[in-house]
Amino acid sequence: MQPLSPEAIVGSRITNQSLKRWLHSLPGVDKVGLEARAASLGTRSIKTSSKAWALDAAIKMMDLTTLEGMDTPERVKSLCLKALTPDPTDLDCPRPAAICVYGDMVKHAKKALGNSGIYVAAVATAFPSGRASVPVKLLDTKDAVKAGADEIDMVIDRGAFLSGNYLEVYKQIQAVKEACKRSDGSYAHLKVILETGELQTYDNIRRASYLAMLAGGDFIKTSTGKVTVNATIPITMLMLQAVRDWYDEHGVLIGVKPAGGIRTAKDAIKYLVVVKETAGEQWLTPDLFRFGASSLLNDVLMQRQKLKTGNYSGPDYVSVD
Amino acid sequence: MRLDIRKTYKLFIGGKFPRSESGRVYPVADSKGEFLANVAMASRKDARDAVVAARAAQSGWAGATAYNRGQVLYRIAEMLEGRREQFVAEIRALTGKSDRQANQEVDAAIDSWVWHAGWTDKIDAVAGNMNPVAGPFFNISTLQATGVVAAFAPQDSALLGLVNTIAPAIVSGNAIVVVSSGSLPLPAITLTEVLATSDLPGGVVNVLTGKEAEIAPWLASHQDVNAIDLEGTSNFVELEIQAAQNLKRVIRKGDFARLGSKGSLNHITNLMEVKTVWHPKGH
Repeated sequence: MQPLSPEAIVGSRITNQSLKRWLHSLPGVDKVGLEARAASLGTRSIKTSSKAWALDAAIKMMDLTTLEGMDTPERVKSLCLKALTPDPTDLDCPRPAAICVYGDMVKHAKKALGNSGIYVAAVATAFPSGRASVPVKLLDTKDAVKAGADEIDMVIDRGAFLSGNYLEVYKQIQAVKEACKRSDGSYAHLKVILETGELQTYDNIRRASYLAMLAGGDFIKTSTGKVTVNATIPITMLMLQAVRDWYDEHGVLIGVKPAGGIRTAKDAIKYLVVVKETAGEQWLTPDLFRFGASSLLNDVLMQRQKLKTGNYSGPDYVSVD
Repeated sequence: MRLDIRKTYKLFIGGKFPRSESGRVYPVADSKGEFLANVAMASRKDARDAVVAARAAQSGWAGATAYNRGQVLYRIAEMLEGRREQFVAEIRALTGKSDRQANQEVDAAIDSWVWHAGWTDKIDAVAGNMNPVAGPFFNISTLQATGVVAAFAPQDSALLGLVNTIAPAIVSGNAIVVVSSGSLPLPAITLTEVLATSDLPGGVVNVLTGKEAEIAPWLASHQDVNAIDLEGTSNFVELEIQAAQNLKRVIRKGDFARLGSKGSLNHITNLMEVKTVWHPKGH
């Protein structure tokens, strides 16, 4: 199936009017039903062999993240070393999919990771607020791509979205997508952060998801991790429904990345259940589903050690980040 | 005629009162075999959660000043005094002791809290040392809490044995996961209600009720537990072997008396680590 042009999907020329008509014609979200379904999937009991698979899968789908003002090249380097050897007591332990850092740290991460196959993702476009002029955002993106970032995590302009200026949000995503173009003509992978905690309603999250997919995002990501409400299971489920329906309608596979607040292996497994039950097994791959997390890895490693040795492990047996 | 209120008690983990993750309870009978109450039967996952809660609380508790810890322990004694009638009634129902004997046990438990409360700021003065060394250094040995203690209270004592298991552990800044007596758990549950209202930070004391034999192997092999008190266990040799995996401190069954109105400094320091610091002098 040939991907349709945005005009064909919306059904007319792209204007704020037509985007608004299209986005507001999406069905409303059944809040009670969504939350009940998410809660019921969370109660599922996962037994040993499936759990072992899920823990390894969770590591493989992880974007190991450090996004602090106090990040230093050394800290980024130590995080990269951790990604290369997550558990020194078990060299069969899989590696995370990517390291997620600020743009100026990309070169340090690239150097530390070498050709290990672990991607470097950079947050760009005046992360986390996104409050900068468009040329600044584009330069921010280009700078990270030039430094070698494999993936770009951009934030949408929530102010424009909430005031109904969908065209502005759409254009910015498209412009950032263009800024992701490398000198050899290939593109860095673009993840679009919706910052769902600031979008107020489930309906808005569904609209923002569609808008980001229309504008060419390769991934839709829940949050920056910098606001009070981060990734939740209902929100992730809603976004998974959006990518599933988008694939059914337009034949294009879009990824989903919940980020922020996922700290335990138990939570991660709940997310994986939701992925399987909502979007399908096709999405259970690092190409289409990622966790944005920093402390999750240690908890998953402790659970792996528990499965392997039969004893409960503790924080003394994983590295401190 | 009024219906009996048949109570179903819960666990005490992280300052909260959760049901057992397993959903199980077991009936507790009085000394005549009559039903008294339902009590939660903790599973290995409850023990795991309790260790996490204890670990989270431990550094804050150890970091509190000794003076503050002493005040909190003294407060526990005060609150226990206020609940005296309930403890006496529970001890009598469970063990068949006379009113006088039950009161004596509660007296001893309160006295033991007060005795331990006095030790918080004196441990280092008595058990620490300034060591003579051949060089221009101050060389000081000081005792530090070991961390998370897993403990099994004596099976045949309803209140006093439990108090003399918890107090020596927390007085120095440890956090404890304690499994109460299986057949005499009610005073332990009432004690959790005392602890919850005594300014003791949540998670410093976690009380599990249930089968000692079911929970013990998980705590003995737990890599994030620093010491284990095997007083109330049956399979203690096997448990001590498991505890050796991460070099836990082990208190063997019968190492310390638990039925007095005081503890012993030895018991307290058995759950502590010696830290020695060198500091240059003469400059």
